[in-house]
Amino acid sequence: MGLRTYIITRILLTLPMIMLLLSIVFLIIRVMPGDPVLLHFEKKASEEAMAEMRRILGLDKPLYIQYFEYLVGLLRGDLGKSMQDFSPISDQIFSAFPATLELAISSTLVAVIVGVLLGVKASQSYNSLWDHSIRTLGIAVYATPIFFLGMVLQLVFAINLRMLPANGRFPPFLLEPNGLTLQLGIQTPDLVPIVLWFVPIGFASLAICITVLKRKRLRFWPNGLIAVLSTLLVGWVICMYLAWYFPSARTLHIKTGLYTVDSLMEGSPLKFVESIRYLFLPSITLGLVLSGVFTRLTRSNMLETLRLDFVTAARARGLKEGAVIYGYALRNAFLPILTMMGLQFATLLGGAILTETTFSWPGLGRYLVDRINFRDYTAIQGAVVYFAVIVAAVNLIIDLLYAFLDPRIRL
Amino acid sequence: MPLLEVNSLTVDYQTRRGSIRAVDDMSFTLKKGEMMGLVGESGSGKSTLGLSIVRLVPSPGIIVAGHLEIDGISLLDASEEEMRSIRGKKAAFVFQDPMTSLSPVKRISAHFVELIRAHEPRIGKEQALLRAKATLMDVGILPERIDDYPHQFSGGMRQRIMIALAITLNPALLIADEPTTALDVIVQSKILDLMKGLREKYKMALILITHDLSIVLERCDKILVMYAGSFVEYADSMELHTNPMHPYTQGLLRSIPNVELADQKLEAISGSPPDMLSPPDGCRFQPRCVNAQERCRMERPPILEPEPGHFVRCFEVKE
Repeated sequence: MGLRTYIITRILLTLPMIMLLLSIVFLIIRVMPGDPVLLHFEKKASEEAMAEMRRILGLDKPLYIQYFEYLVGLLRGDLGKSMQDFSPISDQIFSAFPATLELAISSTLVAVIVGVLLGVKASQSYNSLWDHSIRTLGIAVYATPIFFLGMVLQLVFAINLRMLPANGRFPPFLLEPNGLTLQLGIQTPDLVPIVLWFVPIGFASLAICITVLKRKRLRFWPNGLIAVLSTLLVGWVICMYLAWYFPSARTLHIKTGLYTVDSLMEGSPLKFVESIRYLFLPSITLGLVLSGVFTRLTRSNMLETLRLDFVTAARARGLKEGAVIYGYALRNAFLPILTMMGLQFATLLGGAILTETTFSWPGLGRYLVDRINFRDYTAIQGAVVYFAVIVAAVNLIIDLLYAFLDPRIRL
Repeated sequence: MPLLEVNSLTVDYQTRRGSIRAVDDMSFTLKKGEMMGLVGESGSGKSTLGLSIVRLVPSPGIIVAGHLEIDGISLLDASEEEMRSIRGKKAAFVFQDPMTSLSPVKRISAHFVELIRAHEPRIGKEQALLRAKATLMDVGILPERIDDYPHQFSGGMRQRIMIALAITLNPALLIADEPTTALDVIVQSKILDLMKGLREKYKMALILITHDLSIVLERCDKILVMYAGSFVEYADSMELHTNPMHPYTQGLLRSIPNVELADQKLEAISGSPPDMLSPPDGCRFQPRCVNAQERCRMERPPILEPEPGHFVRCFEVKE
């Protein structure tokens, strides 16, 4: 089967899944107690006003007609209008999506990097103290409530140390007339966080320098490069706080809605660092909690792979231990990790409700919670359709990656 | 000066139920370019001995005592980095199962380039590939196939690739751990003949680990027999064939089928190898030995040299 036929078949197969899911949700939300019309009015409204609103929202029609009309709209690519504020659902989802995407990508990265590194370390020192502590940490982290970890991190890093912002996506902003520009609030840079930031960065560059010196064969690539990059980073942070005084540095033009990408497109390191700073705590919180799964998965798969002949054979050829572990063992143990990564990523794209609430992150999770509270039927249906499409798409991409990573797999 | 010197090497596996002595007080020497057959039953410690020569005994195994020397370098004192430069460059390995010895997600070319550049970092990728292709030609694999993945080759071809990987850096010693056990009989003899030919071309010493005495008798210069982790007999292969001194070796030779004596009934050594957690006292072979005496049960026989170059661990022989 050709690649194109495969992709088309897979896409066609998702259509019945979306239909089924949508039908179930369509019925359930209408069975659920609560009435969007009632919730529309702040005070008790007259019977006439209620009936009028019911007519406007189309809720006076029989259920099967509502269902049919929604499907017809869906086939035209129209997700309908919100029952709460009458704006198109697709616009609302589209505007909340970048925040969610940014958080999903960064927290998946944190989870995979932390989880895989710890898992590899545990499998390398099987049954030792390292192994036991990493396994315990994996369970502990997985069992930690997200909002609890989030609040602890907020308390330490945002409130006590003032190193990172506690919530939001960007410094307090003012909307410009065209509505597309964020303006950063004018604030004098705080000296405490600047000094505090130098501690970890200083330690990191020191560690890197030591590693470089420890190596007998000094080569520029990659250690020298890392040293140069870390020096640049330190300089960058200094420049960032100097630049804070200049007004032009305080506006962000939104194009993609991913603030990290937008700031890079503007070519502004300052704004990039600022958007990363806001992204930091939510993605660390979410990433750490999710990393527990990856730690355990990596460990068990690595333990199996490390026993295989080609690992011993690679060692017997005199390859460096790092090349054996990461190039041979991890590369072969990676497929199950990739599957888990895809599943987690798809879930996160549906909105990380607890994290988004804890950090006032304006993403899809908070959007969906708001809309469920208002019994905004069209918004909930729209979110379900969106979520089904995302899950199907991510799964398809993961399957394509499978074939790319393992030459034995044919699609 | 011998190429490889093994002196009272002892390897233990530390398990929960106790310590298992997989290699017990093993000593032998191998000259440059010599081909040695290392023969023993399953579990006799021959693979462990092979792996301990490059210090790759799998966990929980550790080398507890002895002395190892390749080319005058003492291996048990070498740092991990020095060991890394010896593996693959001075002493190379070919493993038993070619189906699982290559990384399934890497092209053959990547295996070669990584190997060459791990030892000679200054060599460029192009040059490394040229060298790899030349080696592949030597083992009878079309060099055009270098960019294929392992699963696109048959078992015999993969073992040829493994051999090519082992000889690429022209090592002084090649250790082949049952290189043909996973292959069928016809491919088996082809691979063995290929290795013999390559040994002459590359002038390397070869240790062929096998449980099949018959395949080493005709091909190897020297034969070392092991039983239950301990040394049994070491001699030139002609000498061992015509004048086996240890009862175990004699038993092994009698159990090889002979075409000319097709009517003769094959003799088997009665009993089975001991439980390594509680090995028998005295000589390891004594419970199965036809000539066992009181003394064999009391103490370990020493390694004796009754003829020059012929070593035996048995009380029966006279020096």
